Amino acid sequence: MTTTSTMTATTPTPRRVDPSAAVARTTSHSSVQETWVQILAMARRALKKMRRKPEQFFDVLIQPLLFTAMFAFIFGGAISGSVSDYLPVLIPGILAQTALTVCMATGVQLREDMDKGVFDRFKSLPIARIAPLAGPMIADLIRYGIASVLTLVTGLAIGYRPGGGVFGCVAGVALTVISGWSLAWIFTWLGTMARSAQSVQGISMMIMFPLTFLSNAFVPAETLPGWLEAFVKVNPVSHVVSAVRDLFNDGAVTAEVGWALVGCVVVVVIFAPLAVRSYSRKM
Amino acid sequence: MADLSAVRAESLVKDFGDFRAVDGIDLHVRQGEIFGVLGPNGAGKTTTLRMLATLLPIDGGHAEIFGVDVRREPHRIRQLVGVTGQYASVDEDLTARENLWLFARLQGLPGTRAKTIAGELLERFGLQEAADRPLSQFSGGMRRRLDLASSLITRPPLIFLDEPTTGLDPRTRGQMWDTIRELVTDGSTILLTTQYLDEADQLADRVAVIDRGRKVAEDTPDALKTQVGDSTLQLSLADGSDIALAANVVRRLLGEEPVLTPESGRMNIPLPDPNRAADVLIGLREAGLGISSVSVAKPTLDEVFLALTGHGADDEPQMEAAR
Ligand SMILES: Nc1ncnc2c1ncn2[C@@H]1O[C@H](COP(=O)(O)OP(=O)(O)OP(=O)(O)O)[C@@H](O)[C@H]1O
Ligand SMILES: [Mg+2]
Repeated sequence: MTTTSTMTATTPTPRRVDPSAAVARTTSHSSVQETWVQILAMARRALKKMRRKPEQFFDVLIQPLLFTAMFAFIFGGAISGSVSDYLPVLIPGILAQTALTVCMATGVQLREDMDKGVFDRFKSLPIARIAPLAGPMIADLIRYGIASVLTLVTGLAIGYRPGGGVFGCVAGVALTVISGWSLAWIFTWLGTMARSAQSVQGISMMIMFPLTFLSNAFVPAETLPGWLEAFVKVNPVSHVVSAVRDLFNDGAVTAEVGWALVGCVVVVVIFAPLAVRSYSRKM
Repeated sequence: MADLSAVRAESLVKDFGDFRAVDGIDLHVRQGEIFGVLGPNGAGKTTTLRMLATLLPIDGGHAEIFGVDVRREPHRIRQLVGVTGQYASVDEDLTARENLWLFARLQGLPGTRAKTIAGELLERFGLQEAADRPLSQFSGGMRRRLDLASSLITRPPLIFLDEPTTGLDPRTRGQMWDTIRELVTDGSTILLTTQYLDEADQLADRVAVIDRGRKVAEDTPDALKTQVGDSTLQLSLADGSDIALAANVVRRLLGEEPVLTPESGRMNIPLPDPNRAADVLIGLREAGLGISSVSVAKPTLDEVFLALTGHGADDEPQMEAAR
């Protein structure tokens, strides 16, 4: 270092960059608190994008409205004898289906996002690898919230009167949001694995349809042939749907609620690390 | 601290399937210098930089940045290196200010500090007026500047610039050069890649020339240039069939081998001294060979390559037995 750094009092020139001090300051990984700040910054980015591209709310807005009304009037009579008898069965089912649709969008959008140049910068910055994945998912909580409330309101408009009252409804919506968020880790993992946004979409569809339709979301499981009933009963979506039904219709925190929550935890514990690992590998 | 190297890379290797994009490159960048990596398209410049920036796994060899092992401590490396990639890595859906704010927050700057830093950088890079416009309305040059600004938020001691001026107009390019020089004055070390000998000449203290994943030379720009002559005489003959005769004249007068270009009747002649151009022109007239155009220019990357590797920069990697 031959340059003499003259300190003139008037000009507030920043200090010279000192490599050895910089090396001494480095840390081997982000602390929990740093990671949290990073996740929130990423969530804020996702929120800004949502505000700027409201068209991505389309599925969240249209699907609950359309499906609730359509399913109620088409299947109501056949399955439960009347529309009003079917609504207590249907609304929790639609909720689960809508939440899964939002999950799918999470995976597809992550994949699209990852193909953009800015992800190169995220990778080159000293941030926890989970931040770019978890950030958007926090922002997605808003989407689950909107979708759930909208479904419920549509139900109320066409005559649904939940027996669980305000507590049941709030708890049911909360459970839906939690479940959606947890299941979204599966689709996030797919997003980090797949080659293109389109393939994420394709694979997600293949997962989503059996999960929703081979569950008790729209029909009582007892009406199905034995082998199908067996699958429906182990399908985690069935447990979420039953739990939400218990909450909405009876305001009861039953064992199903517990099972649904356990299922959520299991999904997150398995798929969050998988997603982070696959994301950090893809460099 | 005895070791004053910013980057020390030994026998770096990168394979993409069967294709070896980087084939045993050594780089030694000293603290406080501008080091240029010069090479044609596909030489492996970006790949080398991305490995050093922890964006690509290193398949072979060893790399240290300020003594920190790149492979073992990627998180530390990311705190030491600011990366400006070949293609702008900023968020198209956010404004310039939001981009800088986001990157600052991600690196742990408190909210208010992130705001002031973003403001300072926008001003420094002449982006204040466009600060709150969406990036889709940005020109290529503005995007590049924002990209560079984004790499400087934490004032990293080492900065990677991948072809920082490709696609910029001459004025913007000059500004970029000034900015790069300022960074070094502040104490940062710069590792940049370029396709232009001219740029390496203007900026770099030392240059490594890379070709097909290998380093073919490493020296100061001046030393590299003297290998190919200070300037080049570009000649077009009136009659293309005279080319062999003209080449003889050049050999006899200068003792240099003229480079025949793909257009017929054209040749580039390395000149050890620009004043020798007159000798060649007089020699050609005495031999009765007509000239349709003539100019004296700086040697191009193509000629450097030819001199160093024996093949032009654009040749497809055809018959290289060494592979
Ligand atoms: N992800 C990849 N998969 C397969 N091949 C790749 C990949 N990235 C680069 N390559 C190949 O590696 C070689 C070196 O590429 P690289 O991008 O490093 O060149 P470069 O010197 O930066 O060229 P340019 O001046 O065009 O930017 C090229 O032949 C390229 O096709
Ligand atoms: Mg490149």
